[in-house]
Amino acid sequence: MRGNHTVAEAAIRAGCRYYFGYPITPQNETPEYMAERLSKVEGGVFIQAESEIAAINMVIGASMAGARVMTSSSSPGISLKQEGISFLSALELPAVIVNMSRGSPGLGNIAPAQSDYFQATRGGGHGDYRNIVFGPSSGQELANLTFEGFDLADKYRIPVMLLGDGMLGQMMEPVEFPPEVPLKKLPHKDWVLSGAKGRPSRILRSLFLDPTEEEEHNWKLMRKYEKIAGEETRWESFQCDDAKMIVVAFGIGARIAKGAIKRVREEGLRVGLIRPISLWPFPSKSIKELSKKVKHFFVFELNMGQMVEDVKLALEGSAEVHFYGRPGGIILPPMELARVISSQYFQRKLR
Amino acid sequence: MKKVFTRPRSLKQTPFHYCPGCGHSLLHRLIGEVIDEMDLREKIIGVPPAGCAVLAYNYFDIDMGEAAHGRAAALATGLKRVLPDRVIFTYQGDGDIAAIGTAETIHAAARGEKITTIFVNNAVYGMTGGQMAPTTVLGQNTTTSPGGRREERDGYPIRLSEMLALAQGSAYIERTALSSPSNVLKTKKAITKAFQIQLDGVGFSLVEVLSPCPTNWRMSPVESWKWIDEVMTASFPLGVLKDVGDKRNAD
Repeated sequence: MRGNHTVAEAAIRAGCRYYFGYPITPQNETPEYMAERLSKVEGGVFIQAESEIAAINMVIGASMAGARVMTSSSSPGISLKQEGISFLSALELPAVIVNMSRGSPGLGNIAPAQSDYFQATRGGGHGDYRNIVFGPSSGQELANLTFEGFDLADKYRIPVMLLGDGMLGQMMEPVEFPPEVPLKKLPHKDWVLSGAKGRPSRILRSLFLDPTEEEEHNWKLMRKYEKIAGEETRWESFQCDDAKMIVVAFGIGARIAKGAIKRVREEGLRVGLIRPISLWPFPSKSIKELSKKVKHFFVFELNMGQMVEDVKLALEGSAEVHFYGRPGGIILPPMELARVISSQYFQRKLR
Repeated sequence: MKKVFTRPRSLKQTPFHYCPGCGHSLLHRLIGEVIDEMDLREKIIGVPPAGCAVLAYNYFDIDMGEAAHGRAAALATGLKRVLPDRVIFTYQGDGDIAAIGTAETIHAAARGEKITTIFVNNAVYGMTGGQMAPTTVLGQNTTTSPGGRREERDGYPIRLSEMLALAQGSAYIERTALSSPSNVLKTKKAITKAFQIQLDGVGFSLVEVLSPCPTNWRMSPVESWKWIDEVMTASFPLGVLKDVGDKRNAD
């Protein structure tokens, strides 16, 4: 199944009946699939909005009404959604947002890239907030994290972003979906707007004119983010036990890195991989922990160096960090990355 | 003794913060009365905008969800699609609906979304201090159209309601004014009709209300009513701009 179809099918099986989007390559297969599938599911609603801005605001409305709701886009479209994402965060509304990112800035191109890491993990819009951000690296993981994304969004009342790229969206892989979630089993929400019937009227707002109230709201959000950081950090470690050098990479970049590591391992180089699955919260603790044994980290990204900042922050100077990146939509074959890794390995006299 | 005048159930016991002579408090009350009379309080959801009326949720005793500047029609679309049997209305100023939110509004109307919009046109940006609005009339002095709005410098005011009447999905569009007791009653009637159109599932309904802003117009409340009748209505003529009756998409 194609990644862009996988995320759509997984969303529906996770109880999502509302999708609002706007066409942009390389993720058009998601709205197309949603249009077709939701028209055949009871209660399914698909709207092709007039813009990404309208789409994200429809998401806000549907979320206020208590529904599981999703939108998807790619880099320039995600920029347009940022106003709405800031509001989702302030209003504490659950939603799942997919970014199949592409070469940027500006229109860039439609080739796969990871240059939206900063935007995704730093909030992205105005204000002091974070979203849960997952960086899936395969079709199967995309399906699993879509399910998990909806659950966490509801649990914490927070937007969850799936940060993929054009390659993940276009690539076809076999996928096994988790069991379908019956709508009756979806979590009860006691804060939704539904009409003030038999209860006091409710307000969902992000305006706090009194600075002490706004400060308290920010503290409340911060406490939530701290809880999430404590409980929802996810990463994969691959052949780290005997490693003298650790590669850190995410998403499709990690997939390429894994291929490269297998090659250099064949040549006897002791290289491992840490793959952050949650990009926010970032697995800082586990990376810091590794630096007790390993003093050389190699960060690989399909951009000019964004996640490398989080790696350096995590290490706090306790190990050497080397960065290698390829921006603009270039997909590096594992063999080429293997050459760069071994060159670094030898330069550092690890053998 | 018979009680002849009381606060609508749909309004909270909170004093309005609006300036003396402002149309918002009057309009809030009218909407509150209509909600009560149509027995909608338990099934209605309001969407207030950015601007002076953002605090509407402090006054209405109904469910309300705040929208970003200009995005109310899109947000209301999301609400209505999830809750098709509820009544959803947006409450938007002229800058909100006819400048930053033009696209959202026109497309909601074109889709025939079964929502109701109360469009408060006071020809200025009120909360930010009286800047030129998309509906500022030619010659009108604002803080960003010094010497009066000039077409060659500032362009012309937008008649958004007329544009919305052209949309195939709109069902009922009327422009009224809060400039006299009879016009106030007409406004209330128009709001009732707009909600009824939504209840009947006919299509998009909107009431544009020409509303006084004495503070930013630098007039007394009485002068501001007169200004609506003598100046504003020349650019924004009152009346029903579209009414398809009970036929959907009649053109």
